[in-house]
Amino acid sequence: MSEVIIQNPKISVRDLNFYYDGHQALKSNDLDIAENRVTAIIGPSGCGKSTHIRTYNRIFEMYKGQKATGEIIMDGENLLDPSIDLIDLRLRIGMIFQRPTPFPMSIYNNVAYGLRLKAKTSKNELDDKIEESLIKAALWNEVKDKLHESGTHLSGGQQQRLCIARAIAVEPEVLLMDEPASAIDPVGTAKIEELIEKLKELYTIVVVTHNMQQAARISDYTAFFFEGDVIEFGITSDMFSRPKKQQTEDYITGRFG
Amino acid sequence: MAINIEQPNISQRPHKSPANKLFRMLGAACCCLIVLVMAGIVIELFIKSQLSMNTFGWGFLTSSTWDPVNGKFGALSSISGTIVTTIIALIIAVPMSLVVSIFLVELAPEKLSGIFGTAIELLAAIPSIIYGMWGLFVFVPIMGKYINPLLSKWFGNTFLFSGPSSSGLGILTAGCILALMVLPFITSVMRDILMMVPPVMKESAYGLGATTWEVTKDVSIPYGLRGMVGAVFLGLGRAIGETMAVTFVLANDHTLSSSLFAGGNTIASTLAVEFTEASDGLYLSSLVQLGLVLFLITAIFQIIAQVWLKYAGKNGGRS
Repeated sequence: MSEVIIQNPKISVRDLNFYYDGHQALKSNDLDIAENRVTAIIGPSGCGKSTHIRTYNRIFEMYKGQKATGEIIMDGENLLDPSIDLIDLRLRIGMIFQRPTPFPMSIYNNVAYGLRLKAKTSKNELDDKIEESLIKAALWNEVKDKLHESGTHLSGGQQQRLCIARAIAVEPEVLLMDEPASAIDPVGTAKIEELIEKLKELYTIVVVTHNMQQAARISDYTAFFFEGDVIEFGITSDMFSRPKKQQTEDYITGRFG
Repeated sequence: MAINIEQPNISQRPHKSPANKLFRMLGAACCCLIVLVMAGIVIELFIKSQLSMNTFGWGFLTSSTWDPVNGKFGALSSISGTIVTTIIALIIAVPMSLVVSIFLVELAPEKLSGIFGTAIELLAAIPSIIYGMWGLFVFVPIMGKYINPLLSKWFGNTFLFSGPSSSGLGILTAGCILALMVLPFITSVMRDILMMVPPVMKESAYGLGATTWEVTKDVSIPYGLRGMVGAVFLGLGRAIGETMAVTFVLANDHTLSSSLFAGGNTIASTLAVEFTEASDGLYLSSLVQLGLVLFLITAIFQIIAQVWLKYAGKNGGRS
């Protein structure tokens, strides 16, 4: 399907189908995710773009009646294999959601949360890790004097960066972002986009977005989804200047969606 | 070409309509009524208990003598009975409610959860007199025959679990029945609160590799903490004023004992049993003052809850 060949992809999706309550939401998706790059997934509402990334960390398994078939290969393992340890998987693949989701605890404990689950860590080590994560998430300067205040009192954009800090504290390999800036004001959005650019040096990032300008600004590769199919995949600049499929062109020129 | 747009007629806009005004006045009147009734009750209790207050002073609260024949009244055994039965009820009911509501929301298959949920709500619909009768005829013998002797043996027949235990009546039994009574109230509120936690909050905790228990303990419960405390206080409010369910099994005993096997009384049970017998002014006045004390105890618990919630809200959880 894809004309662009990704060398040594971090994640290879092959023949991924997704069903819920008898309805098929993803139809035989094939997609390669390049390591240390940002891959954007765009498409109209309901096209399955969020559903697609929610299969990578198998978060959909929280809900009854949802099922995925096919292969999601990361480092030689099929992530959909029932023998995969879910906790280990979710430490390797972090996720950021549409709405910021700070836990009802202090800023410090929010970032420490995943670390404490992962392993017993000494206080000093924890302090260092938390500072490092908050610096990486470009939030440290804003919160260093109020680490023990509630994380829920920050602004929306700060909360989302706190969630990013929380996700990267456990040192994942991949970060999934499901419309991470859709609930954030323009200034906060700009900061998050800037942050994504920087984070790709350390992590493989997949961003779902309904904002095409955002996809064009921050991503290296783009996949266009429509009605559960991967319609087109390519280098972002190529795709936005010379889309190969009519549906892609219609969508990015604003004719539908 | 001029377009004719009809200007809205300001004077006819809804906020000026008489119905609006009427509703606002009606609302205000209802609010005032609540406050007036509340104030009226307190004032009435206060006035009617003047005689007893003047006779016994603060001694009313610290004496456990309850002797209608010689006109000596002290509320200590009633106060202690009320508080101790309520505490026993909450110690049993709160953890059970928490476990049940977690099971219903996070663990049980949907069908089972529906069936259990309905059963628990039905439990709340049983009149308290039924609990009292069931307690006396079914639960009291079980306590007397099996549970009390076992507790007595485990704790070496000391302090809380001392004295004769075979009757099955007493404070502990009353507390257990109260626990069963308040369980459905606390459970159904806790269940609703756990169900209100946004799925995306739980997803983000699961997304960090948390287990169901960790998500519930660290995210769902703290997220709904205010409501959870509210649920406990709903249970407390019911337990503290419950009358019929405990009256039968308490043996209306006014002697103060440290043993939970001993008989006792609560403020509500004393009022229920003795109001019709109160022959003279001082007796009646003492009972009214007992009612005032119950009111104050409830108010104090409410204040403690509010203060605690304020503190918990500011702190934003453990740090």
